[in-house]
Amino acid sequence: MLDLRLYMLQRLSALILAPLVLTHIGVMIYAVQGGLSAAEILGRTQGSIPWMLFYGLFVAAVSVHASIGVRAVAAEWFGVRGSALSGLTLAVFAILGILGARAVYAVTAL
Amino acid sequence: MAAETDKPEKMMDVSVWRGGPDGGAFESFKAPQQESQTILDVVTYIQQNEDPSLAYRFACRVGMCGSCAMMVNGQPRWTCRTHVQKVLKDNKLVIAPLRNLPVIRDLATDMTVFFDKWTAAEASFTPTKTRHDPMAPINPETPERLAASEAIECINCAVCYAACDAVAGNEDYLGPAALNRAWTLVNDVRDGGHESRMDAVSAAGGCHNCHSMGNCAQFCPNELNPTASIAGLKRATVKAALGLRK
Repeated sequence: MLDLRLYMLQRLSALILAPLVLTHIGVMIYAVQGGLSAAEILGRTQGSIPWMLFYGLFVAAVSVHASIGVRAVAAEWFGVRGSALSGLTLAVFAILGILGARAVYAVTAL
Repeated sequence: MAAETDKPEKMMDVSVWRGGPDGGAFESFKAPQQESQTILDVVTYIQQNEDPSLAYRFACRVGMCGSCAMMVNGQPRWTCRTHVQKVLKDNKLVIAPLRNLPVIRDLATDMTVFFDKWTAAEASFTPTKTRHDPMAPINPETPERLAASEAIECINCAVCYAACDAVAGNEDYLGPAALNRAWTLVNDVRDGGHESRMDAVSAAGGCHNCHSMGNCAQFCPNELNPTASIAGLKRATVKAALGLRK
């Protein structure tokens, strides 16, 4: 179910996610202190290459990390095996990647 | 002894799982409580006095051979070294065959898959010398040898395998005993099977399926820590994959 390659991908994506999640939560808490509106936030993020890279990497790492985690849960708790398990892993990866990419585009593209 | 026999015998309720590969059910027995009595004593009492058809497995009776492990009140135990007094709950014992293994009959499980996984993990010594070579000098103080020595006293009882929830959820997972043995060999400087063993423990059912829950270490009757051994294998395989070792 988990071989060395998937294990490494999940650990490496976790390593990437740890500082990103902390920054994401930290900025969120900081940004709303003064009562920022959605429009004001978008005004800062749209057209910002650093925020696009930040959340682009975030979405990529989440897609890898979560799809492997869901794979383990599906296999151990619901007995999913074989090509169904591979398909589920890829589907979760693709759905999170596409939804995330759309969100990153909406928030950071001009 | 005379004083003991004068006392009325205190009986306890014992539920024993009876059946075969296609299923079964618990059957109730009464057995007398005795001083320093083990679970294996109770099973033997039932087989000798209540129902001679009861199937179970044991050999040495002193905690060396690893034959007599069973589930006792829901937990895997070596029954020859488990005192009734320690595990009796509400004057009742529930004795069942080991979890995660197919049943042959009653309390005897088929351990074929357990040992097949030892083979799959390449958990056997690969010699690099012949009997004509001089004995390899082994320094007992090196970190490798200390790590191996920590983990070598396994008696193959399958208590850890029965305790493991990762095995319960994934029939391909090699399990704590096989991987623990593989870890001792990874640390054995005399062994020549390093590369193929690293591949074996890195495959789909390998060490990376362990969730580090620690049930194996909790229940190992010899107080080994397969969780730590498997963590060692994870580190070693990651280092090897990154080209950082040996």
